[in-house]
Amino acid sequence: MTDNDIAKLVQSALFAVAPDLEGETVGPDVPFRDQFEIDSMDFLNFVIALHKATGIEIPERDYPKLESLDKAVAYLKAKGFAQ
Amino acid sequence: MAWEVIRKRGAGGRPAANLADYDEAARLFSWAEAAKQLAGLPGGQGLNIGYEAADRHVAAGHGDVVALRSLARGREPLEYTYRELAERSSRFAGALAGLGVAPRERVFTLLGRLPELYIAALGTWKRGAVLSPLFSAFGPAPVLARMQIAEPTVLVTTQKLYERKVAPIRGELPFLRHVVIVGGGDGGLGFDSLLAAAPADFPVARTGTDDLATLHFTSGTTGKPKGAMHMHGAVVAHLTTARLALDLRPDDVYWCTADPGWVTGTSYGIIGPLCVGATVIADEEDFDAERWYAILQNEKVTVWYTAPTAIRMLMRAGAELPKSYDLSRLRFIASVGEPLNPEAVVWGQTALGRPIHDNWWQTETGGVMISNFLSMDIKPGSMGRPLPGIEAAIADRKNSHVEIIREPGREGELALKAGWPSMMRGYLHEEERYRKCFADGWYLTGDLARRDEDGYFWFVGRADDVIKSSGHLIGPFEVESTLMEHPAVAEAGVIGIPDAVAGEVVKAYVSLHKGFTESEVLKKEILAHARKKLGPAVAPRDLAFRPSLPKTRSGKIMRRLLKARELGLAEGDTSTLESGS
Repeated sequence: MTDNDIAKLVQSALFAVAPDLEGETVGPDVPFRDQFEIDSMDFLNFVIALHKATGIEIPERDYPKLESLDKAVAYLKAKGFAQ
Repeated sequence: MAWEVIRKRGAGGRPAANLADYDEAARLFSWAEAAKQLAGLPGGQGLNIGYEAADRHVAAGHGDVVALRSLARGREPLEYTYRELAERSSRFAGALAGLGVAPRERVFTLLGRLPELYIAALGTWKRGAVLSPLFSAFGPAPVLARMQIAEPTVLVTTQKLYERKVAPIRGELPFLRHVVIVGGGDGGLGFDSLLAAAPADFPVARTGTDDLATLHFTSGTTGKPKGAMHMHGAVVAHLTTARLALDLRPDDVYWCTADPGWVTGTSYGIIGPLCVGATVIADEEDFDAERWYAILQNEKVTVWYTAPTAIRMLMRAGAELPKSYDLSRLRFIASVGEPLNPEAVVWGQTALGRPIHDNWWQTETGGVMISNFLSMDIKPGSMGRPLPGIEAAIADRKNSHVEIIREPGREGELALKAGWPSMMRGYLHEEERYRKCFADGWYLTGDLARRDEDGYFWFVGRADDVIKSSGHLIGPFEVESTLMEHPAVAEAGVIGIPDAVAGEVVKAYVSLHKGFTESEVLKKEILAHARKKLGPAVAPRDLAFRPSLPKTRSGKIMRRLLKARELGLAEGDTSTLESGS
């Protein structure tokens, strides 16, 4: 899986939680919360959606590592998801 | 499962507390005595919340105490002493006067926890104008609905929030004369330049106890949001309850995590702690477990007032995490917004070293009414006992009368003897809805509860269909109305679904017009529509299609029955149900 594929997967998890963002351009290095209208519950649901899509366990203390698209991609790769 | 009572009398007796002995304090308390703790305007010229919160401390020689430490990612903390807060809020009051804003005009804020929020709030009161804080996660629709009711002449916001939430509806706000933009930018006047041009010694308005100070919007089951009106005289309750329920003292470092758009963010984010003379920590950022523990440690927070949803999110992060932080300065933790489950109370004790003290109140009560106190044993899961000066009871509503249930353990509606100082004095332009909240001298809260044999109150549920999500009341009607604006939606019913973190989350059930087909794409489209209009805090998190929704013969959606069906609960009385639904 390429970085681009992982980025797409992250975006679709985000759009599933916040369908109003569908079609928006996601800035890669800006925290989602700074770009878009999402709250803490949305973010929690986003992490749960990522877990479901990848099977990767994401402990709560790692949540800040998922705050932007680039960071989320790097995190999932570091967890061995790219294979 | 029965939870063990958390005893407060250790070997060294009860902890030293502002409220040392509950029964004695309740017996001796009088609001007239409590009012003597207020400064009042110099020369006996009235009472003003802004003056009580800032200027009085300067006059008393405490002007150099830090009133506010404002935190945000990517910058150093900003500090404001009581003197600076008094001066800047006077400038804001003067700036309002310069803009032609008269006393009693409404000033809305749509801001996060920025220092300017505190300055604008105090300055608005000092001008004698009426403050109404909005929740910055509201979408344009809730902002519009609330503004159309109160017709503010001034809005204080940021450029980003203005562009997202106000610019799309600006044409529908003819009454709004001025927009003040924190940080400057397009769309309005710059906050800083307004302040710089205003006099530092603008006189405080000579308001009295019965002058309108604050308008807090809340949601009911039906109809528009309600603007609960609170007077300057409410400040005696804010000061007293901050001392008794939160055990606040002048040397405390106090952190209230509530959003300023909700009543807690004003009564206990701004007024209570500043009147006490404590140092207030304000963090601009959203919830983040590690950041929060770091704030508790680094800011040496002593008293912390937060919410069940946040506590449950911290619980998710585990009991190990707080062990790597020094929380030894933290001496009191309180929670409000929705009932705190006993697991969370006990978790506080094991993971944070202190139990969490739940308390209960609502927008209409203006301040804490029922509370667990530092010196009083905690029964985990109970909201505690009524504040001194507050008479609470379990009542049975019978048309326009109430019958008080004296027998312990019986469920009924939680009622408060009317007349405490922070009680709302009306819903703006809604006299009828206001009157319906009272019967036989009691204020009826809409919450179902029971009182046990020791006088502790226990929350049971809401008497109406209002949804409590992350501690915020959400009116189903407001959400349903927005869903109905979508061309595919024929009927909409909105209910709260139990959620482990948020208490309840909003879920929508809709039936479609002929010609529309249920699909995942349509579901997302309707949810997207709702989120854009309402904002994430109010919009449904989930949606399901149903061929039809249960409704009365007059066509009203029966949310209670919808909820019973969807959650597999007992359906109760269905005698008014339309046949075939």
